[in-house]
Amino acid sequence: MKSFSELKEYQNEISEKKKNNQKIDDKPEIIIGMGTCGIAAGAKKIRNAVVDVVKEKNLDVKITETGCIGMCEKEPLMDIKMPGMERVTYGEIEESDVKRIINKHVFEKKIVKEFAIARILE
Amino acid sequence: MKEYTAIKELPYYEELDFYKKQKRIVLQNCGLIDPEKIDDYIEKKGYQAAAKAITQMKSKEIIEEVKKSGLRGRGGGGFPTGLKWQFAKDAEGEKKYIVCNADEGDPGAFMDRSLLEGDPHKLLEGMMIAAYAIDADEGYIYVRAEYPLAIRRLKKAISQAEELGLLGENIFGTEFNFKIHIKEGAGAFVCGEETALMASIEGKRGTPTSRPPYPAQSGLWGKPTNINNVETYANIPFIIDNGAEEFNKFGTENSSGTKVFALTGKIKNTGLVEVPMGLSLRDIIYDIGGGITDDKGFKAVQTGGPSGGCIPAEQLDLKIDYDSLKEIGAMMGSGGMVVMDEDTCMVDVARFFLTFTQSESCGKCTPCRLGTKRMLEILERITEGEGKKGDIEKLEQLGKVIKEASLCGLGQTAPNPVLTTIKYFRDEYEAHINDKKCPAGQCDALKGSYVIDEDHCIGCGQCKTVCPADAITGKKQKAHTIDPEACISCGACAEVCPVNAISN
Ligand SMILES: Cc1cc2nc3c(=O)[nH]c(=O)nc-3n(C[C@H](O)[C@H](O)[C@H](O)COP(=O)(O)O)c2cc1C
Repeated sequence: MKSFSELKEYQNEISEKKKNNQKIDDKPEIIIGMGTCGIAAGAKKIRNAVVDVVKEKNLDVKITETGCIGMCEKEPLMDIKMPGMERVTYGEIEESDVKRIINKHVFEKKIVKEFAIARILE
Repeated sequence: MKEYTAIKELPYYEELDFYKKQKRIVLQNCGLIDPEKIDDYIEKKGYQAAAKAITQMKSKEIIEEVKKSGLRGRGGGGFPTGLKWQFAKDAEGEKKYIVCNADEGDPGAFMDRSLLEGDPHKLLEGMMIAAYAIDADEGYIYVRAEYPLAIRRLKKAISQAEELGLLGENIFGTEFNFKIHIKEGAGAFVCGEETALMASIEGKRGTPTSRPPYPAQSGLWGKPTNINNVETYANIPFIIDNGAEEFNKFGTENSSGTKVFALTGKIKNTGLVEVPMGLSLRDIIYDIGGGITDDKGFKAVQTGGPSGGCIPAEQLDLKIDYDSLKEIGAMMGSGGMVVMDEDTCMVDVARFFLTFTQSESCGKCTPCRLGTKRMLEILERITEGEGKKGDIEKLEQLGKVIKEASLCGLGQTAPNPVLTTIKYFRDEYEAHINDKKCPAGQCDALKGSYVIDEDHCIGCGQCKTVCPADAITGKKQKAHTIDPEACISCGACAEVCPVNAISN
């Protein structure tokens, strides 16, 4: 970064890219809480389960990670962000729940009441 | 599987009880961005404050802004950050250092870890601004080796920032150069003390030295050094970006901004919260924390870890900030909050914390090395039913001397859990010593035999079935009795009794 304006330009580029991606043809994103607390509660298993489902169904999704949002009690946490829809957090899930949640949320764009905690204002 | 018919039915985070009263400045990005992607941070206005500070502000202006914000050190002591920076700026010297204290040694504390794992760039940005403000060109982050994920993410963050030229030479096209190293600490509690920490970075044994000289005059390798906690640095980008006045909108007169707390113990929603200073303990424990596990009664909350104090129910409405906590004999500390329910024995709690500080005492000064040992011996005696008249007074006297005469903060605060539990729960100490009873029923040596209240017993016989010592007799539908000679005080009967007719 050679100047303040270069940082601003860079920032705009990222935002633009994000906005463009948000158009209908964008990929769904599955985000797993991978702080130490999440991992201790089984986040790695959840991620593996997500990878398995994605492979099995041949899904075109992004799988990413985030840190701890504070609700350690509800770990492991998994967020799903569908294009054009607010990001939703699911909590206290087990490996065996992953498939059902992805089926409902990614394929039918429906929110699974049992595990849904909140949505994120973007 | 039930589903919502529309996304609108699902509450926003801000509408959940757990988040309603929170204000997230430091943790703003945690749990939302990918901590391993610098672009995620930059998109959330990351490094904008650093750019502003370095290209548009003089170091004096930055320090003034931090002073005006009223920010106080989040690592425990609560020293005004702006003033600390001023001392380091004013100190003579070509070479200066910035150090970040990420040792986080308090049992039950995980505030700094979450921040390092969830948003490492925020710390780097805070350190950059501090470095520019005091004319330092090199920084160290001291992280405990037990935090491998935090270390990995920090390393990644540093190399990403270097790649983009946010760390390195001629940052933002100015004369300002800054690089950051990571030093892994081996996890001794005393290494969180600033002089011990710097000795440890230098490769020496991590023991404290007396101050003055303060780090601002003679710190790392004898050079002027500014040392702050992780959370302290993480507040800086907000202050520079939004101005001191905006920051001052949160908190109390002498404790501005927010504080991150790690809620643990007998609380329903364990977790990490960031609240404006001045919220009451009741707000935090009941409204945010959801109350006590199994809806038991609240007994006390320990703030400030092993250096802090136990706060009783009478103080639940205390508006917490640095000064109010100090006034009642506790401490803000780094933000650990251990909640205890009615079944907790306060003498045992004091013994637990003192066992920790005693074993972590580095042994350099006598009051701490021997004083804490003698106090611990007395506490162990009391919990084992061997307490003597005069023990409480001896604990108070020893505690006072250790606090006054110890070399560093470890000894100066180690008696706090003992002194506050004596202050607020003296009757429990007295019951242990005089009546040889542990009112909470936790101290094994003091558990008396159980008795059945004949007026309440319904004669269901459940206690008889579970008693492993066959100490209970009685006919169906008639009051049962426990043979005190045979009772082993395990409490199994009391647990199954459907009408709570059994106690000890
Ligand atoms: C025994 C002992 C342990 C400490 N541990 C820590 C720690 O883990 N993290 C921390 O930030 N400060 C710790 N401190 C406080 C530091 O000495 C120092 O005051 C602090 O890093 C200053 O930063 P601040 O002004 O930003 O709070 C400890 C102090 C003592 C006496």
